Amino acid sequence: MAGIVIVDYGMGNLHSVSKAFSHIKARVKVSDKPSDIEKASGIVLPGVGAFGDAVKQLKKRKLYMPVKKAAAAGKPVLGICLGMQLLMAQSEEFGKHKGFGFIKGKVVRFKGKMKIPHMGWNEMRVIDKKNPVIKGVKDSLVYFVHSYYTVPEDKKDMLCETDYEGVKFASAVSRGNIYGFQFHPEKSGEKMLKIYKNFNKLVENQER
Amino acid sequence: MLTKRIIPCLDVNKGRVVKGVKFLNLKDAGDPVEAAVRYNKAGADELVFLDITASHEVRKTIIDVVRKTAEKIYIPFTVGGGIKTVDDMELILKNGADKVSVNTAAVLNPSLIEKGAKKFGRQCIVLAVDAKKIKPGKWEVYTHGGRKATGLDALKWIKQAEKLGAGEVLLTSMDADGTKAGYDIPLNLAVSDAVRIPVIASGGAGGPEHMLEVLKKGKADAVLAASIFHYKEYTVRSVKEYLRDNGIPVRL
Repeated sequence: MAGIVIVDYGMGNLHSVSKAFSHIKARVKVSDKPSDIEKASGIVLPGVGAFGDAVKQLKKRKLYMPVKKAAAAGKPVLGICLGMQLLMAQSEEFGKHKGFGFIKGKVVRFKGKMKIPHMGWNEMRVIDKKNPVIKGVKDSLVYFVHSYYTVPEDKKDMLCETDYEGVKFASAVSRGNIYGFQFHPEKSGEKMLKIYKNFNKLVENQER
Repeated sequence: MLTKRIIPCLDVNKGRVVKGVKFLNLKDAGDPVEAAVRYNKAGADELVFLDITASHEVRKTIIDVVRKTAEKIYIPFTVGGGIKTVDDMELILKNGADKVSVNTAAVLNPSLIEKGAKKFGRQCIVLAVDAKKIKPGKWEVYTHGGRKATGLDALKWIKQAEKLGAGEVLLTSMDADGTKAGYDIPLNLAVSDAVRIPVIASGGAGGPEHMLEVLKKGKADAVLAASIFHYKEYTVRSVKEYLRDNGIPVRL
């Protein structure tokens, strides 16, 4: 019974995510130990920064394989922001990089005249309304900070959609036990913590 | 569509919100955590805490404010004032802030931006700039709370900071600040055209029409205001309604 482990791979600020999970009374722990990930019932991959660095850090800290194994074992895995992008097969950020590949597709940079990063509150439209992780969550304005976006190969993996200056992208993806959010539920107002509650429920179900 | 952000700013001195003009005649204006909760309820998109505490020991009080705020509100907030090192940044972020803003320390030591961005991600690093007009189309950077001229060209400095890894610019016009006569439109427009990172306009807000002007003509991505919200001349909601009615996308 190990609850949720937030994977600390040394990229960015994961305190907000951990505070949000504590707030909804989830059993949560921030850890950089492979053994903690192995014992966890659910995994959260937060993160900001560069894709390539993140993969490198995960591997260097021997966290890459435990996350991969947890996903293969059917444990719920939640990626947020860069964490979501890592779920994909590959990214074009600073050269090509391979991600976990839990979801087929790629991560590409916004092209055009728009401001980068895409920062602030933008509309999120729920596509896959039946998905348990998004249950009870309506189309809303949510908080984004990112320069790259995710393009899932299979449209069925698209959980939410957002439009930034004419670019429609997947603001959330999901496939089986894998969930990814480009926006920050922990920074999108208290209502959006519903997503973390839903995820926690999936983890608790897993423990039964 | 990405909405324009309305950001109330709270000046904090020794753990209390203060009001005053240009850091003078400071009056106690209550508890910052309570103010943050109030602004959050009123529909603020983000918050900025500017710690103006002079003495170093009492600066610890801002950490306390950050920690308590992070437990109560679930919108992004930035903390600035007196941040000199990556360790200072870490302490503030660790306690739950989402971004830190750097001003004087970044001018004295530009690599602070780079190091911060590398460690915490660009989106965590806000470059705060106090700019004063020298002649049309040219502004100079001031540091130390606007007391010290640096000789640096504001546009050049902001471009350099963007390259170093600043994720956003908090742009204060010293000429407009405190006047309530409107934001410096040419300054905001010049900066917004010069960089790709978002620009937060600051200084000069007297009413929602000024915000509309700087968002439209000044191409700002967000507006910061202090006194018009503190003195309850306008609520965040009333400002947003005005903007919405004038065709600006906002979160309501």
